Amino acid sequence: MSTALSLHQSRKRKNSVMMALCVVAAGIGLAWLALILGALIYKGLSGVSLAVFTEMTPPPGDAGGLLNAIYGSIVMTIIGILVGTPIGVLAGTYMAEYGRFSKLTTVVRFINDILLSAPSIIVGLFVYELMVRPMGHFSAIAGAVALSILVIPVVVRTTEDMLNLVPNALREAGTAIGAPRWVVIRSVAYRAAMSGIVTGILLAVARISGETAPLLFTALNNQFWSSNLNAPMASLPVTIFQFALSPYEEWQQLAWTGALIITLTVLGLSIFARSLTGRREDR
Amino acid sequence: MSAVQEAMPAARGSRDATVRRFALTDAIFRALTKAAAILVLVLLGGVAISLIAGSWPALSTFGLSFVGSEAWNPVTEKFGALAPIYGTIITSAIAIVIAVPIGIGIAIFLTELCPRPLRRPIGMAVELLAGIPSIIYGIWGLFVFAPFLQTTVQPFIIWMFHGIPGLNSLFAGPPYGIGLLTSAMILAIMILPFITSITKDVFDTVPSVLKESAYGIGCTTWEVTRRVVIPYTRVGIMGGVMLALGRALGETMAVTFVIGNAHRISASLFAPATTISATIANEFTEAVGDLYTSSLVALGLILFIITFIILAIARYMLLRIDSRAGA
Repeated sequence: MSTALSLHQSRKRKNSVMMALCVVAAGIGLAWLALILGALIYKGLSGVSLAVFTEMTPPPGDAGGLLNAIYGSIVMTIIGILVGTPIGVLAGTYMAEYGRFSKLTTVVRFINDILLSAPSIIVGLFVYELMVRPMGHFSAIAGAVALSILVIPVVVRTTEDMLNLVPNALREAGTAIGAPRWVVIRSVAYRAAMSGIVTGILLAVARISGETAPLLFTALNNQFWSSNLNAPMASLPVTIFQFALSPYEEWQQLAWTGALIITLTVLGLSIFARSLTGRREDR
Repeated sequence: MSAVQEAMPAARGSRDATVRRFALTDAIFRALTKAAAILVLVLLGGVAISLIAGSWPALSTFGLSFVGSEAWNPVTEKFGALAPIYGTIITSAIAIVIAVPIGIGIAIFLTELCPRPLRRPIGMAVELLAGIPSIIYGIWGLFVFAPFLQTTVQPFIIWMFHGIPGLNSLFAGPPYGIGLLTSAMILAIMILPFITSITKDVFDTVPSVLKESAYGIGCTTWEVTRRVVIPYTRVGIMGGVMLALGRALGETMAVTFVIGNAHRISASLFAPATTISATIANEFTEAVGDLYTSSLVALGLILFIITFIILAIARYMLLRIDSRAGA
């Protein structure tokens, strides 16, 4: 009787210990998020001023802003999304609509999932070999293409998933009144899956606006204002990389401020994107 | 559906024309979507081909000794990949060892312990860790985390292990703050959300009946998790871990900041080292000469092959648990 009781107690004790450890693990995860965000706000907020958004990146030892880097980031992100989204949506459409049970879809899904997690620096090398080497110089357009290659797998994945969630009865209703397949896809399936597809695009924006590695040797960097897509262009992440590793205090401060801007943008976008799908699930 | 309405009152002949037009546009749209799907395959093929082409000068010069050599000397143009490969594997392995128990712990917390209203916010907060760009981890690691390790944790560990053979060379000073262990810890934080979210997802595939019957014979929460949930989802968890490993192997910016960029293999985990991706990020734009550039692309090819294999295994494992959940 007493051994049974002590066995019961030791099992209960083991349970409490393990569950306490799980709580500690969750605490560690949350603490780390708080530590990183806290440091960003503490170090970055003091550098936020109007000049950050109106002045160019300064030479070493001078005051200045991040205007050309912010502009470059926005331009390359927009082009990357404009190039990557249609390809991603179309590929996702094939996988969910026309070729849902075809062998090609299985293969594409597998390869796409690998592209989704492939190291972004490899994409940078690829675009360097594809565009920068033949053209003979670094360019903003090469940077944008590198970003679009990162956009495609994200959009393919969410588009396929979201179209698969559209009930077949809706498609059948469309087909029953004589609409051809592509009209059904366009006016029924896309419309029903719209918020999910938009979420995927927003997540892709969030992903590429913080990417540094694929831009390092495609768009390179630029100390000055440039809107020439055929020339090197500054971007926020690459500028942060350069400034943070420099010995100059003004540059390091700008790097922290830039880091705060990027993080708030990216986190804001991903929370917004998630809230879109969150509403979907509740409905 | 305006096209349909237009077609309704039309005469027989124009109806045929409409049907033909419908068939044609549908064929075009179908071909377009199929082309986009094939483009995804072409992309991966293009990456592989361009990396092989770009690394050919280095591979034909050094042959297989490229992988086995520790040399990295741009002046004499002798290049070998052993030190970056070593750094990549060691940092990722340590990161996995740190992140897997914590990641699974958080998943258990979220599925079994957490009060329901808090589940979504806490789960979202952990996933936000995955959303933070890697350069932010880098700058934070270099300016906040590394100095902290250098002044407090590392001297203590060195002092604690200095008399123990084996461990004293593993934790040999001086404490730079940056190095293998710091990189591995940053990587661990970065891959934590991947492990947690996939583990949480596969935990949800366990049929309630299984868990309830275990509770019914008097099991504690830990026993249910350890004896029922984890064995049932083992393949899925392994898939998540492999996916996280793939991420860790290829992670660039965060590691570049805190690894120290030293092309040498050192027994101490506190020593500066380098990884494949950090080497490429640091040296590519400054590389002069075809052989130097090509050697860096060859490093990229090695990284591509390693991550491709790891990610393929991960996807295969996750597919297996998906098909079981669907059945």
